[in-house]
Amino acid sequence: MVNTLVEPTGGRVLFAGEDVTSLRSAQLRRRVGYVFQGIGLFPHFTVGENIAIGPRLASENLTPERVAELLTLVELEPDMASRMPDELSGGQRQRVGVARALAGEPELLIMDEPFGALDPITRDALGEKVRELHEKLGLTTIMVTHDMAEALLLADRVLVMSHGELVADETPRGLLGGAGGEIAQGLVAVPRQQAEKLADMEGRLAHEEKMP
Amino acid sequence: MSEIFEILLGLGDKFAAHIVLAASAIGLGIIVALPLAVWASRSATVSRIALGFASLVQTIPALALLALFFPILLSLRAVFGEDLPTLGFLPAFLALALYALLPILRNAVTAQANLDPGVLEAADGVGMTSWQKLTLVEAPLSAPFIMAGIRTASVWTIGAATLSTTIGQPSLGDPIFAGLQTQNWALVLAGCIASAGLALVVDALLGVIENGFAKRSRLQWGAGVAAVALGLGGALYYQSGGDDEDTIVIASKQFSEQYILAQLIGSQLEKAGFNVEYRDGLGSAVVHSAVANSSIDISVDYTGTIWTNELDRTDNPGREEMYQTIVEWERENTGVRVLGRLGFENAYAFAMREDRAAELGVSSLEDLVPYGPQLAVGGDPEFFERPEWIAVRDAYGLRFGETRNFSPTFMYNALRSGEADVISAYTSDGRIAADRLVVLEDPREALPSYDAMIMMSPRIAENEEIARALEPLIGAISVEAMREANFAVDREGEGKLSPKEAAEELADKIGL
Repeated sequence: MVNTLVEPTGGRVLFAGEDVTSLRSAQLRRRVGYVFQGIGLFPHFTVGENIAIGPRLASENLTPERVAELLTLVELEPDMASRMPDELSGGQRQRVGVARALAGEPELLIMDEPFGALDPITRDALGEKVRELHEKLGLTTIMVTHDMAEALLLADRVLVMSHGELVADETPRGLLGGAGGEIAQGLVAVPRQQAEKLADMEGRLAHEEKMP
Repeated sequence: MSEIFEILLGLGDKFAAHIVLAASAIGLGIIVALPLAVWASRSATVSRIALGFASLVQTIPALALLALFFPILLSLRAVFGEDLPTLGFLPAFLALALYALLPILRNAVTAQANLDPGVLEAADGVGMTSWQKLTLVEAPLSAPFIMAGIRTASVWTIGAATLSTTIGQPSLGDPIFAGLQTQNWALVLAGCIASAGLALVVDALLGVIENGFAKRSRLQWGAGVAAVALGLGGALYYQSGGDDEDTIVIASKQFSEQYILAQLIGSQLEKAGFNVEYRDGLGSAVVHSAVANSSIDISVDYTGTIWTNELDRTDNPGREEMYQTIVEWERENTGVRVLGRLGFENAYAFAMREDRAAELGVSSLEDLVPYGPQLAVGGDPEFFERPEWIAVRDAYGLRFGETRNFSPTFMYNALRSGEADVISAYTSDGRIAADRLVVLEDPREALPSYDAMIMMSPRIAENEEIARALEPLIGAISVEAMREANFAVDREGEGKLSPKEAAEELADKIGL
């Protein structure tokens, strides 16, 4: 809704003080980095061309150095720029997706379940990386996820939506401290219980190992 | 084999015309189909209507679709004026373009529908305008599929273009139709080989382009496009060289007599120093319109045909008056000049085996009346519905015991084997002489006359040089001479002649 891929049926979304529906959508979207589960790399463009597409639409040419820099930023080899998307793994592709979203130096980064289709290890590594970039580049990032652990670990502020309604708006610290109401706490309970069970199992294993 | 090769070498102009026609039709098909496909991808209703219409067109047989454009264009003359051609290139071009529409449209729509939704979302997400999305993402990703559609359309169109012969557009169908009619299989094969070969070559070239798109190899599809452009350019160049104002176009309908007479007229004109071009195998219904609007220059038509089809008359004023009326009518209404009658008739007539006629003592329709109820009559499938039959029946009170329909060839066989006692023959048919049939006289002139006459288009009507060159043919061809020439072309096996050879023999016989 922020980048008007979906039109709001009610209410307003303000971007830098302006109603998004009043802005030219193509122009708005070039100011907003967008990463989503489907990744959507253009299969007929090289990795480099994919990364450079946003600036190209605004009639700017991204230098090969800048493309290499962006690839390095998402921890990919700079020489990958000449490869085609179908030669990459899923994790590599999403890294390219992130680099593409960052190429236009956006004011806002929207991540719509960005790591949903990735294996847990890649997912974890990428999550950390995005958080790091967020700090380093001073971004505003909105991330949508179903995974409360991911939200708690990566975010500064967590908003919980249920049936189209905002039901909680808390910091991770606040949520872990029991704030945010029933629905939010239900979501927090899942990773917490998982963590407790794991800790429990580990404790038992350690105990068994000490047994003669 | 060498005969086919020789014919193939002589097909250059048909080949060029065929290529230009098919390419223009496919081009128009593409120009219409692609924007329509884009529109269809944005609206389900448009998609349904466009695909439904294209499929509907595809269900119309190509031959009928081509023929339908004649009345359509004729009625459009009210809007575009009398200069709008109703025969030849324009209707063939439009009909074939309609035919090419479906495969291109369907493939383009399917390709768009099957694009990865993630890629489309990304295109919006990175801020593409809908034009950028179309040109940068949708078009290149759909290109291989669209190209496959264009390939299918091309093969269809090249094949169907052979049928445009029937509406007066030269194509590789000319040798096929002429060959089928005169049972000259070398001609048929040569036409088929040429058009099939063309289709295969084009298919292969477009395949190279399609493959180049799929592999995103600019070099490969570029080379393919260049090869196609080169072939098309060659055809256009070839065609532009051959066409000039002085060429006299001679038409023929789809039967042997017409092919022979066209050749005979052509050789007379060539002797007089004219360039001649033949437009063979035109549909019978279109010949008169074609000569009237000068898309052909000379045709041979028959008084009875013009009388019924053009003057809309059903009465029979007698042979002489009918002819004079037609000459007058053409001069006043169409500007066509009727140069004169060749001397023979190709009319409906009743024929019997010589022995059977002698046995009954019958030499005219009048003599036949008392025996009618004991006899079986055979006719071509339409004959017993035609005004000619009704006129005879009413004039003589003629009733037959049995009425049977045969295709023309089998009609003669039926007479030979005794399955029919009397048949409705065509008076100039070669088989009358070959089977030694007796043509029954018609003392009450119930059967309208079908005098063969030379028609000249308004374009050349005033050309006395042409008139002088053709003057020796007027009144020169007896029905016996025409029968013999027809039979030489229609017969099987030894002594079979091509229309050209038969025309030469006929020319010798009448002393030209």
